[in-house]
Amino acid sequence: MTIPSTQADVQALLTNMAVEIRQKLGDRQPLLVGIHTGGAWVAQQLATILGTDFFDASLGTLNIAYYRDDFTRIGMHPQVSPSDLPFAVDDRHLLLVDDVLQSGRTIRAALNEIFDYGRPASVTLAVLVERNGRELPIQADIIGQSIDLNKDQHIKLSNDDGLKLELKTIGATNEQ
Amino acid sequence: MSSNQLTDSGQLRHFLTIEGLKQPLLTEIMDRAEQFSSISNRQVKKVPLLRGKTIFNLFFENSTRTRTTFELAAKRLSADVINLNINTSATSKGESLLDTLHNLEAMHSDMFVVRHSQSGAAEFIAQHVAPHVSVINAGDGCHAHPTQAMLDMFTIRRHKQHFPDLRVAIVGDILHSRVARSQIQALAILGVGEIRVIGPKTLLPADSQTLGVHVYHDMAAGLEGVDVVIMLRLQHERMQGALLPSAREYFDCFGLTDEKLKLAKPDAIVMHPGPINRGVEIASSVADGPQSVILEQVTHGIAIRMAVMSMTLGAQSEQQEVHA
Repeated sequence: MTIPSTQADVQALLTNMAVEIRQKLGDRQPLLVGIHTGGAWVAQQLATILGTDFFDASLGTLNIAYYRDDFTRIGMHPQVSPSDLPFAVDDRHLLLVDDVLQSGRTIRAALNEIFDYGRPASVTLAVLVERNGRELPIQADIIGQSIDLNKDQHIKLSNDDGLKLELKTIGATNEQ
Repeated sequence: MSSNQLTDSGQLRHFLTIEGLKQPLLTEIMDRAEQFSSISNRQVKKVPLLRGKTIFNLFFENSTRTRTTFELAAKRLSADVINLNINTSATSKGESLLDTLHNLEAMHSDMFVVRHSQSGAAEFIAQHVAPHVSVINAGDGCHAHPTQAMLDMFTIRRHKQHFPDLRVAIVGDILHSRVARSQIQALAILGVGEIRVIGPKTLLPADSQTLGVHVYHDMAAGLEGVDVVIMLRLQHERMQGALLPSAREYFDCFGLTDEKLKLAKPDAIVMHPGPINRGVEIASSVADGPQSVILEQVTHGIAIRMAVMSMTLGAQSEQQEVHA
């Protein structure tokens, strides 16, 4: 299977996602929330494509480090910037954005964190890449591209001079 | 001493003293506290990081601020926290300290936060607890009070940023103060430009110079041009111990008044670990004045304690994973 890897490929996926977001949420004055760090990059690009007045406030970011389910196994995660939701979520429609949806655990943590800020009217999930390997009953509403990968493969978004996707085989290169 | 407060990989396993720690670790504690402090502005002031962990506050000595902020910090991290005032419980029935501890361990505790009037008590407990338990020193005798020192460093950093440019004066009973000892160590590790201690000869340690600090017995000279003034509480029992003539005379010589504060830099901040004795070491007009950050220190205590609790329990998890 060919992976949409170049900057132009990613941009095409984002453009298609933006069209779908406009269809689904156009009349709802949604708020935009990106998951740190890849999800925030994708969210930023979507905001640029959709224009400044599509979303009702500036981009919010979530750092789900304190909501992960592996603390008792691997301890604290490296430091990252804290969550920042510059708006009240109560009774609002949220567009939650991440780069890659795999196990669903990150989204589970993000939903828990969002509900500690308040009670949104709805949450719509958009991901750049949806791949196999779900461990929880969580699905995305808006998907850039679905990809089937082997267990030892993993796909990673980078942001040096624009967004690019990279396919890595675990064990073959340095693991992160 | 304190050799066992770090894991094999140099992370905090217990938090017993500032002594011997490296600058990056102190900076990490403050950075993590910075992240945690935003949680207090949310609708639900809680994250689930330490859900299912059991923390015992073991206070062999009275405390309001420290115990309460440790309790709040644990609750904001979703841990279960139990407060024990040991004076009024088992040890007064003759049970030994270690027996009490082992009983609490048998209740599957993950952390002991310990305050004790004897120097070295937290270290002693850390040596005897089960390997999965973390110990945090909440003040032991005249020895150390590391979380207080870190919340003070955090408060200074919030106002002054760059430590090497700073001149910091600590005023009062340095000799008996675990707070001062931990502060001096932390300030030195963070590379503060100049540390001064100001107090009567009877309340300064004989070896003050060897701590790397400048000693002043005259407050006016000592406060000249400082960026931070840290006042210490004068403990009443020092008066009975004949180390001081009277509270009145102490205030005249070493109490912080508006006039004396004018000798420091115009933007100097005034700190105090609390509880304050108004009119003994600090005038009310200074304690409540625009340069006072005393209540901010209390707020920062919660975030610093959240940082230390999560770091020690996180390091424990990692250590067990490695050894498993």
